[in-house]
Amino acid sequence: MGRYILKRLAQMIPIVIGVSIIVFLLLSLSPGDPAKMILGLNAKEQELQMMREQLGLNDPIPVQYFNYMKKVAVGDFGTSYSTKQSVIEMIGVRLPPTLILAFGSLFTILIVAIPLGIALAVKQNSPFDNIMRVVSLFFAAMPGFWSGILMIILFSVHLGWLPANGFDTPSAMIMPIICSSIAGWAVNSRITRASMLDVIRQDYIRTARAKGLKESIVIRKHALKNALLPTITSVGMAVGGCFGGSVIMEMLFGINGMGKMMIDALRQKDIPTIMAGVIITSVIIAVANLLTDLAYSFVDPRIRSMYARRKQRKEVAGHGAN
Amino acid sequence: MAQIDLTLAPTGKKKSKKRSLWADAWLRLRKNKSAVAGMIMLATILIVIYSSPLYLDYDNDVIKPDLTQTLQFPAKGKLLGTDELGRDVLARILWGGRISIGIGVLAMMLSSIIGCTLGAISGYYGGKTDGIIMRSLDVFMAIPSLLLMITLVSIMKPTITNLIIALAIGSVPSVSRMVRAQVLYIKGQEFVEAIRAQGASDFRIIVMHILPNAISPLISQFVMEIAGLILAISGLSFIGLGVQPPDPEWGAMLSSGREHIRDVWHVTAFPGIALVLTVVALTLVGDGLRDALDPRMKR
Repeated sequence: MGRYILKRLAQMIPIVIGVSIIVFLLLSLSPGDPAKMILGLNAKEQELQMMREQLGLNDPIPVQYFNYMKKVAVGDFGTSYSTKQSVIEMIGVRLPPTLILAFGSLFTILIVAIPLGIALAVKQNSPFDNIMRVVSLFFAAMPGFWSGILMIILFSVHLGWLPANGFDTPSAMIMPIICSSIAGWAVNSRITRASMLDVIRQDYIRTARAKGLKESIVIRKHALKNALLPTITSVGMAVGGCFGGSVIMEMLFGINGMGKMMIDALRQKDIPTIMAGVIITSVIIAVANLLTDLAYSFVDPRIRSMYARRKQRKEVAGHGAN
Repeated sequence: MAQIDLTLAPTGKKKSKKRSLWADAWLRLRKNKSAVAGMIMLATILIVIYSSPLYLDYDNDVIKPDLTQTLQFPAKGKLLGTDELGRDVLARILWGGRISIGIGVLAMMLSSIIGCTLGAISGYYGGKTDGIIMRSLDVFMAIPSLLLMITLVSIMKPTITNLIIALAIGSVPSVSRMVRAQVLYIKGQEFVEAIRAQGASDFRIIVMHILPNAISPLISQFVMEIAGLILAISGLSFIGLGVQPPDPEWGAMLSSGREHIRDVWHVTAFPGIALVLTVVALTLVGDGLRDALDPRMKR
């Protein structure tokens, strides 16, 4: 298992390098002069020239990239062109709200969609199931920024219960997290329902029932774990969506997170900040994908034994060599 | 001669009723109630939206501000009220729909052309070609697609063409993966081997035999992807990177209406409803198509 994790972590390296090359190329080839951004429009040509030299912008692009990555390798993401702050410090401030927003919504997706999906499967074709079929169709189609606006109108403007801005207090976190997870509730409860229905029809469930087990135990202990695999896949794929969507949520609710930082940086062609933002986001998503795959082995012992067997095989081979 | 035709035609039709694959799928689609509901919704939306130039004038009805009529509630004559510049919300929703749906469809067409090419090459040839194409797509997939689109649009300047390109690039990786999986499945079947034995070229095998078979299960995915792209366009416009004012677009309308939510609700409610109805219609049609076209999914 540990070996597998290490292998997966190693596989992340070329992907992250690829991401950094593409974004660096795009940024370097796009119009706009960073030196002018830093010194302002009134700067003299000589000062601009000096600044370009200082930033290394006169070097060929591959050299610039290589120098940049040499610094990144030791954890130095440089200084922001627009705020003059260290990028890593900026991210230290901006990352926590985005992480809370993204993983908070993933968490609410899990705790709402799985029980709901089970309930819908158990009560298949009941009025509740039929109503939820239509409701989830509309929830899945609602963009987070629209449900966000509607919630602000209701809960902030009319009822005055929740703040419409910021992300400092738990009450301010409620609306952004709910808005970015509504579509996920709808989609994943449908997936859980469908796979639960598949599992419930299988023979071993009939056996469990025939043993005289209570229905709740049959569902919880026997059916659920097998039914969860498709949901885990779908929630795992939602991680990227949550991070992408958090850009819009942060703009809507005025949250000072990574997304808002990226938008500001893109507007000002603040290359170090954009690069760091994209690289860190892609690393987080790669780690989340790895965790998803590990979650499979937690839920499904067959997958777990696959890792274990590989290890055993290795050990046997090792002994043979000795 | 005429007599023979008359007598033979009806019986011949009834006895050997050969339906094509598509006619079969169409019959299955028609039996599916929610798919029919979706098709009716979608057709209504498309007809109403795309006929709007017949009764709306872009300069006078869609973008001309009327500062004496700002933020009026829905009333006779202005069915859905007016926005913060006194423009008719209904007219802007209709015109904006043309832009959103148009961009969504064009971006999907572009990304399916690129995606089919990459996916087919990758799946058909396998080996190193496959490795190179798939690993480079992995890189694009490592960035959340919305973040990728935002980055591309803000680097390229938000014109409609650039928007289409950015959206297409954002969705190419997932489209190519789907196509590749299909091609891999079809490549292994006997009929492909038979055609190859007849001496057909790789190009001919891919274009004439594999892709047509690969695409039919993918059509429903493409329809759903259009819904996703329409949501993405609105999202981009919402943060000011999509369709630029004064052109109307649903997300952009929501964004400008957001500043007035303390006073009026209709400016933000109606564009959102239009967006949701369109996405729901596309989802229903896509679901129906999947059940109708993919024989393996049949229940």
